[in-house]
Amino acid sequence: MSDALSEDGSDINQDDSQEEDVMTPAELIAKLEQAWLNEKFSPELLENRSEVVECVMEQLTHMEANLQRVKKGDAKAGFHRMEIDRIRFVLSSYLRSRLQKIEKYFPHVLEREKSLVEGQPSLLSPEEFAFAKEYYANTETYLKAVALKRMPPNLQAVDMLKAVPEPCLDSFVFLRVKERQENILIEPETDEQRDFVVDLEEGSQHLMRYRIVAPLVSSGAVQLI
Amino acid sequence: MFCEKAIELIRELHRVSDGQLPAFNEDGLRQVLQEMEALYEQNQADVSEAKAAGRGDLIPSIKLRHCCLLRNQRCVVAYLYDRLLRIRALRWEYGSVLPANVRFHMSAEEVQWFGQYKKSLASFMRSIGGQEGLDVTQDMKPPKSLYIQVRCLKDHGEFEIDDGTVILLKKNSQHFLPRWKCEQLIRQGVLEHVMS
Repeated sequence: MSDALSEDGSDINQDDSQEEDVMTPAELIAKLEQAWLNEKFSPELLENRSEVVECVMEQLTHMEANLQRVKKGDAKAGFHRMEIDRIRFVLSSYLRSRLQKIEKYFPHVLEREKSLVEGQPSLLSPEEFAFAKEYYANTETYLKAVALKRMPPNLQAVDMLKAVPEPCLDSFVFLRVKERQENILIEPETDEQRDFVVDLEEGSQHLMRYRIVAPLVSSGAVQLI
Repeated sequence: MFCEKAIELIRELHRVSDGQLPAFNEDGLRQVLQEMEALYEQNQADVSEAKAAGRGDLIPSIKLRHCCLLRNQRCVVAYLYDRLLRIRALRWEYGSVLPANVRFHMSAEEVQWFGQYKKSLASFMRSIGGQEGLDVTQDMKPPKSLYIQVRCLKDHGEFEIDDGTVILLKKNSQHFLPRWKCEQLIRQGVLEHVMS
């Protein structure tokens, strides 16, 4: 990791006193990259990682502040700048992936959030939830005003859950196994096939239907690549 | 044949390449809505007739008209929603101020939807991280090089970069500038990335 980050190491550790596991900046960025890749390659919206987002934003602020203190014209400044830009790109890309999925599947995402049981982690951050609700309301208001209210009485509503397609959980994803898994059941796709069971060795890479590994992605046992 | 006008709306969008936004087909929409009104009225009449005079033979035509009504509704909603998606993409491509030639093709309600979308997006971005937020419409590509060669396409006046130096952006002048400073101006069409 660059100088700018290692100077910050101590600051971050003190700020994160609420966190049970204190993360080094390197671990934080690694977590961000994992969340980013998983979100990019998963067909459905994954659980929100707002703690990671907040910590990364703090990290970027520290790095920018450090950069101001570097002597002008010092060659190191360029490298620090690049590091900051890279991290900001990954963070932006992560948030964009999520926004795109929220917009694409908005009724389903809101439905899932509504039907969460007490204690289950939220899919959306509070800000994403507000955005999703506004998107829904904005779109529904528009459709009503422009067309639906001019239609016959029995056709003035559209069931958004039926009208907007759901994500395809059977799409294939590449993954790398982080924690060994035994006896993963692969259900057949067609009637001619039979279901079978595989063991996933640590470090191995596979191409499978997302549906099979979805719980393993949430638990962190596999990483989408 | 019924629903032809509705299909035409869909085809119109399908024909236009690449996410471009054609003019809002107010006329086409009105014709579909009129067809729906006519179908509905015919069905209302037939349903009463069927009930009152026991005319079971009317039921197939009632069902047919109902299917056409559903199809028309589906096509209209698809047309409108697809346009919204294209408009949404414009925010990400051009920024919050849309070029005049695009705005010209939008209906007043679409402009309103866009205004609301922009606001929601801005709120969301401002809320990221708890301080000033993060503009996620920037940094669309992974950073490759630190500085890039750019040519100025239009006069843009003075431009200050991080170390305090001020550059005069005059049309056709070329500069070697930090990439992150230029992104927005490149997307707005003020600067052009010169790749050697």
